[in-house]
Amino acid sequence: MRSDCKHCGEVCENDYFRIGEDLFCCLGCKTVYEIIHAHQLDNFYEINSSPGIKPEKANPHKFDFLDAPNVQESLLDYSEEERASVRFYIPVIHCTSCVYLLETLPKINPAIIQASVDYNQKEVQILFHPKKIQLSDLATFLTQLGYQPAIHLNDAKKEKKKVDHRLLIRLVVAGFCFGNIMLLALPEYLDSGEYWLEKNKNFFRYLMLLLSLPVLFYAASDYFLSAYNGLKNKRLNIDLPIALGIFVLFARSIYDVFTDTSPGYFDSMAGLVFFMLIGKWFQQITYRQMAFDRDYRSFYPLAVLKIANQIEETVLISNLKIGDRIRIRNEELIPADAILMKGDARLDTSFITGEAEPIKKNIGDKVFSGSKQMGMAIELEIIKEVDQSYLTRLWQQKIADSEKNTLETLTEKVTQYFVAVILAITVAAGIFWWRYDASQVWLIVSAILIVACPCALALSAPFIFGNAIRILARKNIFVKNIQVLERLAKIDTIFFDKTGTLTKGNFKAIQFMGDALSDIDSKAIGAICAQSLHPLSQAIAEKYSGAESLNIQDYQEFKGSGISGVIGEDFYALGSFDFLKIYPSTKIPETIVAVAKNHEFFGYFTFTSGFRNQLKSTIEELRNYHLRVISGDNNSEELALRNIFDENTTLYFQQMPHDKVEKIHQEQKKGRAVMMLGDGLNDAGALSKSDVGVAITESNNQFSPACDVIMDAKRMYFLPQMLSFSKYCNRMVWGAFIISFMYNVVGLSFAIAGLLSPIVAAILMPISSISVVIFATFSTQWKGYQLFGRNEDKMNRSE
Amino acid sequence: MSILFLMIVCSVSLASIFLGLFIYSTHKGQFDEGESPAVRMLMDDELNKVENKQQI
Repeated sequence: MRSDCKHCGEVCENDYFRIGEDLFCCLGCKTVYEIIHAHQLDNFYEINSSPGIKPEKANPHKFDFLDAPNVQESLLDYSEEERASVRFYIPVIHCTSCVYLLETLPKINPAIIQASVDYNQKEVQILFHPKKIQLSDLATFLTQLGYQPAIHLNDAKKEKKKVDHRLLIRLVVAGFCFGNIMLLALPEYLDSGEYWLEKNKNFFRYLMLLLSLPVLFYAASDYFLSAYNGLKNKRLNIDLPIALGIFVLFARSIYDVFTDTSPGYFDSMAGLVFFMLIGKWFQQITYRQMAFDRDYRSFYPLAVLKIANQIEETVLISNLKIGDRIRIRNEELIPADAILMKGDARLDTSFITGEAEPIKKNIGDKVFSGSKQMGMAIELEIIKEVDQSYLTRLWQQKIADSEKNTLETLTEKVTQYFVAVILAITVAAGIFWWRYDASQVWLIVSAILIVACPCALALSAPFIFGNAIRILARKNIFVKNIQVLERLAKIDTIFFDKTGTLTKGNFKAIQFMGDALSDIDSKAIGAICAQSLHPLSQAIAEKYSGAESLNIQDYQEFKGSGISGVIGEDFYALGSFDFLKIYPSTKIPETIVAVAKNHEFFGYFTFTSGFRNQLKSTIEELRNYHLRVISGDNNSEELALRNIFDENTTLYFQQMPHDKVEKIHQEQKKGRAVMMLGDGLNDAGALSKSDVGVAITESNNQFSPACDVIMDAKRMYFLPQMLSFSKYCNRMVWGAFIISFMYNVVGLSFAIAGLLSPIVAAILMPISSISVVIFATFSTQWKGYQLFGRNEDKMNRSE
Repeated sequence: MSILFLMIVCSVSLASIFLGLFIYSTHKGQFDEGESPAVRMLMDDELNKVENKQQI
């Protein structure tokens, strides 16, 4: 019998719930199942296995700010008496079942009129009845189902992202004209000798000319503009020879039709434009995912509690002024630089500095934006506006620092040689024919320019790299653009950050050192720890959860030292050794929580960060690279790291952000290409300095500016495969180039010999384009399958 | 054979109408997103029941 939760798929530990044959890992999952089952939406579980998401413990006041009128005004798309519309970004949307459940919300809650999911953007648009349900209740309801909305500053007054249709319409127009022109060209190609066709050929020819006009002036317009811009900036991009090819095709065809030389090359021209636009369109849909669109606004909350004249009101953070007093509660982000006025501040600055331990601040101290309060509510006075605060400026600076992506791509480099060679051939052939038979010169020259059009060349990179990017995206590895894939192939050195990158965040593995805890004791300890907001207590409470019903008397918390409480007849105390007045004789690691029951020492908990799945085998696969571990933490886990990395790897500890940048710089000076893996803003400098910066994220909400690749933490074991995939793709691009060159050679032989005719061109061009696309697609799909395993449906939850 | 004139003109015109309809529906956002409509199909039954209930 399966021991996995039917709803979310996690392993059910000691406490579990059961309904019939099905197990659930927690009350939350069970509740969601009951809701789904009660409304007969069991299809949810049929479409995918374990599609549910474990709901977070609901904080009933988390979404209160949504009811403030000014917040609603900036968040809602529109609001009337009976209907209001809001869009929520829900990052946990990951499969078809999610879409199913969210779109059938009206069935579960009648106050919701309609719900529509945009899967690419992970957004749900909800039309609801504002009198029947408050916005805050709507958000809480979604959270209870497991789909917590992430509401940040960037959601305020956000225009619905308009999808750009220009390319698609141009593509379809080109396709329409191409198909029709091809059909109209057939009669003359088939050369049946039919008298009527011979007499009326001009009808066909002029109709083809007419149909080619939208292609030339509308569909191909971007190529001409881009070629013109390239010339203006003295850069030779691949659009220049393409634009030239299109133009020559058209001009030559007009000449041929008016002089009755041939039916013209309109079909080749339309076909060329059509295939080129397919390449562009494919690139566009590849880049459609949101991942790199974020800026600092997606990190900040939308609103905060402002205190003025004893009154608390919810205020948009963009409206915060210097001198405003705000209240920040547990686990809330500080939105702007401020001074601590009241309360006990323990700030988690891990995102900015990488420090895992919360920092204590005293009244009057400065606190910086981007840090999170862990503990009691505090009051702050703003000293800088959000735009001017530390996090924002740090963010902007990291983006400005990154100039990696302006280098030439491989395609651009090859294009320059290509154009030079073609020019040489054209001149040579021109001179030859001028001597031989001057009347043919322009015909030959135009034929050469027609054939020399690098359409297959232009299709290689978009299809190979574009396909590669999509294959990687299905595995939750998001690559920013093609240049990154090209650079990945050259990497020979890899730097790893430790906390959060190699390890799974904070305090995963809790071990109790001492005699095994009895059931009663562990529940008691869990209950007492649940009362405290200290991260260590919370971690213990989570491990021994399920004892909410226990009655705790005389709970006391001694800030920074320990906690105590009485359950039944027993007095428990937990905290540092000093707190318990115990002085151990052996050396104990730094982070511990000691336990005493009835004033007798019981044992202590140790906290070690768990390393990521399969880390050791992943690192072994990377043995051909120079590896370095660079951490802001102390060296308490050096032994554990040595177990994973071999002696050749240098481990650096206590590194500040600028130390990391310096170490990368030194490797680069040796001529090495460096990849940096990190998380959080504290690594942003290193990510930006490295040749390829990979941001490891636990959830869709974490991200860093100046990174080139965003990798799901659960997929980190794909790192070696990603690197070899990029190498393979680079080789395949050369393969595609060679294929396209072969076609050019064949075509040029026809052209120079004066044998190029419309039918030859009409056959050669589509074949060259299609063969390159097929080669690109199959080679990347095959290699992707080989490296990453079965191509799962994009919408299925992986694992 | 001269019927071909009429035939070709007719078919190209008909095809242009389809092209026009495509452009219109693209502007209305029909083709913005490929994944959700595929799933939405599965739910038509569910939502019909909802609509019926709400009408009653």
